Amino acid sequence: MPAEHAFPDSEAKNAQGEFETEKMSLSMGPSHPSTHGVLRIQLELDGEMVTKADPVIGYLHRGDEKIAENMTYNQFVPYTDRLDYLAPLANNMAYAIAVEKLAKLEVPPRCQAIRVITAEMARISAHLLGLGAFGIDVGAWTVFLYSFTEREKLYKLFEELTGARFTTSYTRIGGVARDVPDGWMGRVDAFCDQFLPLLEEILNLLTRNRIFVDRTAGVGVISKEDAIAYGLTGPNLRASGVPLDLRKDRPYSGYEQYEFDVPVGTKGDGYDRYLVRGEEMRQSVRILKQAIAKFPGGSWYAEDAKRIFAPPKDKVLTSMEELIQNFMIVTEGPQMPAGEVYFEAENPKGALGFYIVSKGGGVPWRLKIRAPSFCNLSILPKVCIGAMVTDLVSILGSLDFVMGECDR
Amino acid sequence: MPAALDAVAALKGRWAGVTERASLDHPAVNVPASDLLGVLAALRDEHGYDLLADVTGVDWTPGPRPRFTVVYHLFSTTSHDYVRVAADCADDASPEMPTATGLWRGADWHEREVFDMFGIRFPGHPDLRRILMWDEYPHFPLRKDFPLAGIETALPDAQVVAETKTGAIAAPMMGGPFVAREGGINMSDAEPRAKDESWSERRPKPDA
Repeated sequence: MPAEHAFPDSEAKNAQGEFETEKMSLSMGPSHPSTHGVLRIQLELDGEMVTKADPVIGYLHRGDEKIAENMTYNQFVPYTDRLDYLAPLANNMAYAIAVEKLAKLEVPPRCQAIRVITAEMARISAHLLGLGAFGIDVGAWTVFLYSFTEREKLYKLFEELTGARFTTSYTRIGGVARDVPDGWMGRVDAFCDQFLPLLEEILNLLTRNRIFVDRTAGVGVISKEDAIAYGLTGPNLRASGVPLDLRKDRPYSGYEQYEFDVPVGTKGDGYDRYLVRGEEMRQSVRILKQAIAKFPGGSWYAEDAKRIFAPPKDKVLTSMEELIQNFMIVTEGPQMPAGEVYFEAENPKGALGFYIVSKGGGVPWRLKIRAPSFCNLSILPKVCIGAMVTDLVSILGSLDFVMGECDR
Repeated sequence: MPAALDAVAALKGRWAGVTERASLDHPAVNVPASDLLGVLAALRDEHGYDLLADVTGVDWTPGPRPRFTVVYHLFSTTSHDYVRVAADCADDASPEMPTATGLWRGADWHEREVFDMFGIRFPGHPDLRRILMWDEYPHFPLRKDFPLAGIETALPDAQVVAETKTGAIAAPMMGGPFVAREGGINMSDAEPRAKDESWSERRPKPDA
């Protein structure tokens, strides 16, 4: 909020001493278009100015962590799709790597590269939706139409690879569900080539758009210190000037082989968050290009992990040993040692973490999901103070959260 | 990750109660609840673990006592590594843990979630309410004695009860997949489609 807008004391009378102002309580959501799902914010307003904001979450709580304690590791993969449902492939990968860390299992380079490619495509798709929805929130419809056209192309590629457009469930513990189809890599490459100029066109609709800049610049400023104190991660943290990207700083799945830059903001306002996401898409394309260029051959699943990865069906149906292996893994689950691990992956929304406590066997004793949207939303009561109600819409759009992940 | 190991060694030297915790990845320590805030503050201010990544609880029923452990994951934005801090709640019946909200504002929601799911209280927390479940909800869902099927729960609002003429929310997952009660129905009864052998291509479905 600009400093000149000091809000009046609610109890104070005006100059003539005639009126008393009264604070109004307003419930925004849970089905308000700008809350992108089922978030409710209990607002206290002084005129148009927010004096208190209390986010009420949990409308989408499904008890995923409880469910995880009652099924095998592979059975939980489809539930990870439904965390950040705008980037299921990235969630699948984060979860698979967390469990593989528990088993101290390295997947082969080809599998790692497939996962990186799918995760970066998911990032582009998630950021495209984020920008499109952000644009709508502040009155720029066109961006949404452009970005959804591009997402549709990505969904076609996802469908070809995984069999599903939305809820992909593509990874398995120790590998992926199937190898990439013939010619698919070429089609991803072709997508990248045509996407880059289109991305510039999409971003040009917003970057120097006077209305967009007025609605976002200086709105929802988050300082570096606050961002860290509230546990923000991902683009929201980087927009506040902290150059933290787990792909760079704690490389996993072979991210150390790829060259890319980590965009960082300077002011930490909504406009910076927009710029960071825009640049991240360009960087994702850069990673995709490199990954496609040096896509390794070899196996696409961990062949030596006999008690973890169920072998492909053609082998199961023709050989006794693989049949038994498949039977054991399907009925008992992938066999894990006892112990605990915590793994965070750089997802489109921030650091998605899995804390797994295992007592051995095929079912986790405790599986905690550290959801980036949950942490990113927790700063809302602080950011909203002094903002106008219309700014709130812009702040929510710029934080780019997903309630499926926040509520789990 | 030498930095984190140094930090663990320094903590062990300073607090007698701090012991190393078995871990498959990041360095980890067990800390008595009384030393917790001191240890977390030292990790944040002296060793650079400035980002509180996660706070969660674990219920060990029927395993070792004490029953509840609160687990913190800290991340350093400078040395880029993690450290895990675990503290046991002394009392099983009314578990408590000092609040870390004074150190990280972000601990607020995490601790509310641990309270909501496990019933662990954080004395000193500014606003310890349920966060994912509704305020009047009587159970703690992530405790091990809470069944996966859920528990039938009375609706809190008299007006809603009068309007909908339903007094309770049924256990949401009862009869669903993966739900098998001890001494109750087994999996194939709970999910009859899985093992319905009363009909085949040769024998038509009984009531078809």
